[in-house]
Amino acid sequence: MGSSGMSLFARLAQTARLMVGMPDYDAYRDHLAAHHPDRVPMTRAEFFRDRQQARYGGGGGRCC
Amino acid sequence: MTRHLPWIVLALVGAACLGVVATARGEAINALWIVAAALSVYLVAYRYYGLYIARTVAGIDPARPTPAVRRADGLDYVATDRRVLFGHHFAAIAGAGPLVGPVLAAQMGYLPGTLWILAGVVLAGAVQDFMVLFISMRRDGRSLGELIRLEMGAVAGTIALVGTFAIMVIILAVLALIVVRALAESPWGMFTVAVTVPLAMLMGAYTRWIRPGAIGEVSVIGLVGLILAIVFGQSVAESATLAPLFTFTPVQLCFGLIAYGAVASVLPVWLLLAPRDYLSTFLKIGAIAALAIGIVIMAPPLRMPALTEFAATGAGPVWAGPLFPFLFITIACGAVSGFHALIASGTTPKLIASEADAPFIGYGAMLMESAVAIMALVAASILDPGIYFAMNAPTAVLGTDPASAAAAVTAMGFPIDAATLANTAREVGEHTIISRTGGAPTLAVAMAEIFSHVVGGSAMKAFWYHFAILFEALFILTAVDAGTRAGRFMLQDLLGLASPRFREGEGVTGWAATGLCVAAWGFFLYQGVTDPLGGVNTLWPLFGISNQMLAAVALMLATVVLFRMKRQRFAWVTALPAAWLVLCTGTAGLMKLFHPDPKTGFLAHAARFSDAVARGEVLAPAKSMAEMGRILMNDRIDAGLCALFLGVVAAILVYTVKTCRDALRVDRPTVTEIPAWAAAE
Repeated sequence: MGSSGMSLFARLAQTARLMVGMPDYDAYRDHLAAHHPDRVPMTRAEFFRDRQQARYGGGGGRCC
Repeated sequence: MTRHLPWIVLALVGAACLGVVATARGEAINALWIVAAALSVYLVAYRYYGLYIARTVAGIDPARPTPAVRRADGLDYVATDRRVLFGHHFAAIAGAGPLVGPVLAAQMGYLPGTLWILAGVVLAGAVQDFMVLFISMRRDGRSLGELIRLEMGAVAGTIALVGTFAIMVIILAVLALIVVRALAESPWGMFTVAVTVPLAMLMGAYTRWIRPGAIGEVSVIGLVGLILAIVFGQSVAESATLAPLFTFTPVQLCFGLIAYGAVASVLPVWLLLAPRDYLSTFLKIGAIAALAIGIVIMAPPLRMPALTEFAATGAGPVWAGPLFPFLFITIACGAVSGFHALIASGTTPKLIASEADAPFIGYGAMLMESAVAIMALVAASILDPGIYFAMNAPTAVLGTDPASAAAAVTAMGFPIDAATLANTAREVGEHTIISRTGGAPTLAVAMAEIFSHVVGGSAMKAFWYHFAILFEALFILTAVDAGTRAGRFMLQDLLGLASPRFREGEGVTGWAATGLCVAAWGFFLYQGVTDPLGGVNTLWPLFGISNQMLAAVALMLATVVLFRMKRQRFAWVTALPAAWLVLCTGTAGLMKLFHPDPKTGFLAHAARFSDAVARGEVLAPAKSMAEMGRILMNDRIDAGLCALFLGVVAAILVYTVKTCRDALRVDRPTVTEIPAWAAAE
């Protein structure tokens, strides 16, 4: 996380992205570097496509 | 004591505001009294009841690792800042429901709706959202169906799955019906909504190939496109050659939507669904924020009476039936919404950083949704009641021209003249506002009133009206697309129980499941569109019953979990709202089935028509024997669906009682949550 130190704008941008199911790419890369240094992380574009499919493939988690 | 002092002051302020709202008679009160009362209720309820439920009833443990910590992968499981997650969760639960239900409920006056929204959210809705989030969070973020299977057995899980699918079908039909009612015979609205399809595809291509991941950038481009579409829509509506191309009857729109749903739900998600979801999500959040600011700046007086005579007689033109139980199912989302149980057991529990964040997100976001419902109720109530009833009563009552509508509404006791109706339509750039049922157009007129007061004056009213219609239609179309996909997978799971071939869902079976799903909601949509009473009359109560029923199921699950945790002394927190919802949905369901008045009861209506068929007589609105047969079939299918919902609730109730008694017989906890020691490893 460490987002308490984030600027307001950065946090709003992160909120807006997560609202449409897009998690933070940097957090993903950092996680992989810290825990699975042997794996090659997806690029930013690959990550975007992967998450887009993951969110919307099954419908999209929307309410009425 | 000193730390409670500000809260006591806040509680007194809230009580005073509510006092003003509840006791004002005869004179118009200002909308801000309701807003202030609501905010005070929310804050006090969160501080005292929400945190009590989290800390004492559920026993959240900030030291216990959440799924996001335990299974962190940077993708599905990510420990997320609680403010960021609040936004995510709120965006996922807020939809058309909290905007439409309160508008329909306003036919009884603003007071019953306000009181139910406030009491319902504090004691039922937010409790449900938090408890399901808590339960799912302790079980690796499993879904509602899996949670029921886990805690109440496989049969109960399957029953709940069948119920959920039926709810999905009704929700999609009623949402699509709202779009049909808003866009029929409205070339301006239709044009702007039609433009969103190629616009979203352009955005999809942009994020796919040109700038992958640039969501903010592409959303700004999309927003500019939308505004241009609204502006240009006026020229389309005024053009003699273009306007007819975008003018459709309700039946044409109905088939258009069915075709759209079938095609859109099998396209790749990046092409249409995802980019349009960006637009609809940001537009929704922006419009809700703008509405809140607009209401505060304008501080409008409420012109709807606190109570109309329909609260006592139950003979209102918007929907039929007495206050109990029908008010409590008409306002579903905003007070308590079962659908949220699916969201609270979806992505959110996988993103919570600490159990201590759960009440803020589960309980808090639902309070915010309730505030949206309050704003919708306020918006409907600032309109001249004459306009409200002229927009929401069926054509069977109003006729189709301003003179007949004005006469009918005046006869109801809400004086209005034909010129005012015609003038209101002209101001918002429409040919007519008569019988634009479904709630969305009413809300759009009210939003145009509020927004134009703040920005642009009356010259901008038509723009704001179509902006509001676009914003509602956009996220409803997204829901139709996403819901059809979700319904397809639910159906595959269900059919997979019979034949495993369906579970894969590749090729023919996937297409078949999609087709079945579209056919199911398409059937109810067509029935609603061709219904002479406007369809909202029939479908909204069915939707309300099913949605509140799912909430009852979720609260019963929470009760079972409390018993199995050996915390049954706190189980009243979930058992009481569950009992209330079982009572409301049970009564409403039985009344829809067996009420002797054909306006309310499906079987009485069917009997009236089958008797007429036996006599060889054709009853209005049917024009032929074939139409008589279709009405009969509709009645019977609606009755069957109603019976199905009742059966689901009854079955889950039986399983709840049985599981709770089993849990009492054992002297240790029997829940299946991930144990703290395993979670810590």
